[in-house]
Amino acid sequence: MLLEVNDIGITFGGLRAVMGFNMGVDKDEIVGLIGPNGAGKTTVFNLLTGVYTPTEGKIIFDQKDITGKKTNVINNLGIARTFQNIRLFKSMSVIDNVKVAYNQNMKYNELQGVFKFGLYKKEEAELHEKALNLLDVFGLKGEAEENAGNLPYGKQRKLEIARALGTGPKLLLLDEPAAGMNPSETAELMEIIRLVKDKFRVSILLIEHDMSLVMNICERLYVLDYGSLIASGPPEEIKNNQDVISAYLGE
Amino acid sequence: MAFYKKQFGLISAAVILILLVLFRYLGIIDDYYITIIDLVFINIILAVSLNLTIGFLGQLALGNAGFMAIGAYTSAILTTYLKLPPILLFPVAVLCSGVLAVLSSLIVGIPSLRLKGDYLAIITLGFGEIIKNIITGLKITGGARGYKGIMNYNTDFETNAYVNMIVLYLFAGLTVFVISNFTKSRHGRVIKSIRDNEIASEASGVNIMYYKLLGFSMSAFFAGVAGSLYAHHNGILAANKFDFNYSIEMVIMVVLGGMGNIKGSIAAAIFLTFLPQLLSSFSDKRMLFYSILLIIVMLVKNKNYPFLKIDFYKKRLLGR
Ligand SMILES: Nc1ncnc2c1ncn2[C@@H]1O[C@H](COP(=O)(O)OP(=O)(O)OP(=O)(O)O)[C@@H](O)[C@H]1O
Ligand SMILES: [Mg+2]
Repeated sequence: MLLEVNDIGITFGGLRAVMGFNMGVDKDEIVGLIGPNGAGKTTVFNLLTGVYTPTEGKIIFDQKDITGKKTNVINNLGIARTFQNIRLFKSMSVIDNVKVAYNQNMKYNELQGVFKFGLYKKEEAELHEKALNLLDVFGLKGEAEENAGNLPYGKQRKLEIARALGTGPKLLLLDEPAAGMNPSETAELMEIIRLVKDKFRVSILLIEHDMSLVMNICERLYVLDYGSLIASGPPEEIKNNQDVISAYLGE
Repeated sequence: MAFYKKQFGLISAAVILILLVLFRYLGIIDDYYITIIDLVFINIILAVSLNLTIGFLGQLALGNAGFMAIGAYTSAILTTYLKLPPILLFPVAVLCSGVLAVLSSLIVGIPSLRLKGDYLAIITLGFGEIIKNIITGLKITGGARGYKGIMNYNTDFETNAYVNMIVLYLFAGLTVFVISNFTKSRHGRVIKSIRDNEIASEASGVNIMYYKLLGFSMSAFFAGVAGSLYAHHNGILAANKFDFNYSIEMVIMVVLGGMGNIKGSIAAAIFLTFLPQLLSSFSDKRMLFYSILLIIVMLVKNKNYPFLKIDFYKKRLLGR
């Protein structure tokens, strides 16, 4: 298992947002995390990425215990994410958004950056090349020098995925990537997710309300309701699970 | 043309230097103007370096006069007690001033940059006032009577002011060079990403605390250097000079010039240094004027200050 989540939980004030939650993601898998609004899905992402520290339980990633580690350290170890409400570096250019992600693997130091010697020229040239290639995969090469904040919504979502991939993850977490997209954009996104998985050899865990996308693309699903896992398994099984149906219908 | 564009900074720096030398020999700039020009260069260092914290890192710092004071008094004291040949003494003093400012910025920054919100503004504001009071209370700094008889760069009185000006010019140029290159390096890019979205930056693998401290302490370094230069330029120091008003003046230069706009900071530093000198009765109403200016800037809030462009007035006055 690439990711193993053992009995994690977190309490905000009196609210138990997530409790006794178990899940796993294997190498090369696309796994879905679904559930009604407020079920605790985003909170699970925040626990996995160190935004919150679980009040109970353990998270093992790539053989390492990452429980309670800092967000940037967890990213360095190989978990990258996107956000439900897009978070780009809006006043920076599209290509610079991606370049920030590559920063963690660069070596030239502050002095070399200021006086442009040593590794500076070589690394910056390589970085530019790499960043352009990455943007090309998402059809954003033409907008490389534009302000990220000026991109149309769909392209902003794509840029966020590109930036996450720039950090070189083994596991990619996508929080409602299709939110606000029309059916044709959603279909295109589905292709992109498949392509990303093969091309970048990452496992993907995604939260999504669009059931056609989830059923189409995910190999396994976990279903959350009121912070607890109510079902897990292949999409076909989940579709017919009585607990899941009643959770969604609010019974 | 391409060469000109690429080497714009270097070429304009050389042109200004030639003009400074030429004007001096033609007698166009006399000692009175030199004093103002000196202040312009010092304020350029202060504004450009503060822009790193406010404009690029996105953190409001209100105590840069404190770092400047630390630099000024460090340099004054060192040059009084350290027995070294001048050629060594001044570089050592300037460097120590910067380093001491950095150390104090770490003491302020490590606890306060961790917190989100306006804590940095409040803590740096307090810091500036505390430094001022400590200096007033200490014996070695001359207390309330001030520090007198600070060494100058050149012992030859005749050429003194002139040498001073060129030294200040070189330091201002170096500051602009270092900070503008820094903001274009990978470290500068990361610092801008923190300003734009701290959470996303951290999720992209950035050690936020390290880069915040880097930007903040770099800014303090240059403020300390500016303090040292000011001490030797002036010859005397009074703790009152480094009060809250001066910190605010620096912030105004940054805001007026545009957040994250280095050329703008330079222009604003020149403008705001000359203005009070030209209007002699103005100095006591300065803070009032600055406040009004600041409000106007906020109202017309735009990165590239459109109100300095003709189009802006055309649209408003002539109805498009
Ligand atoms: N920082 C926090 N402080 C207090 N309560 C929180 C916090 N974060 C989340 N919650 C609460 O935890 C519960 C789960 O929220 P979460 O955002 O994880 O839901 P979600 O499944 O992502 O929902 P949606 O589909 O609407 O995005 C909600 O009741 C929410 O109000
Ligand atoms: Mg959510």
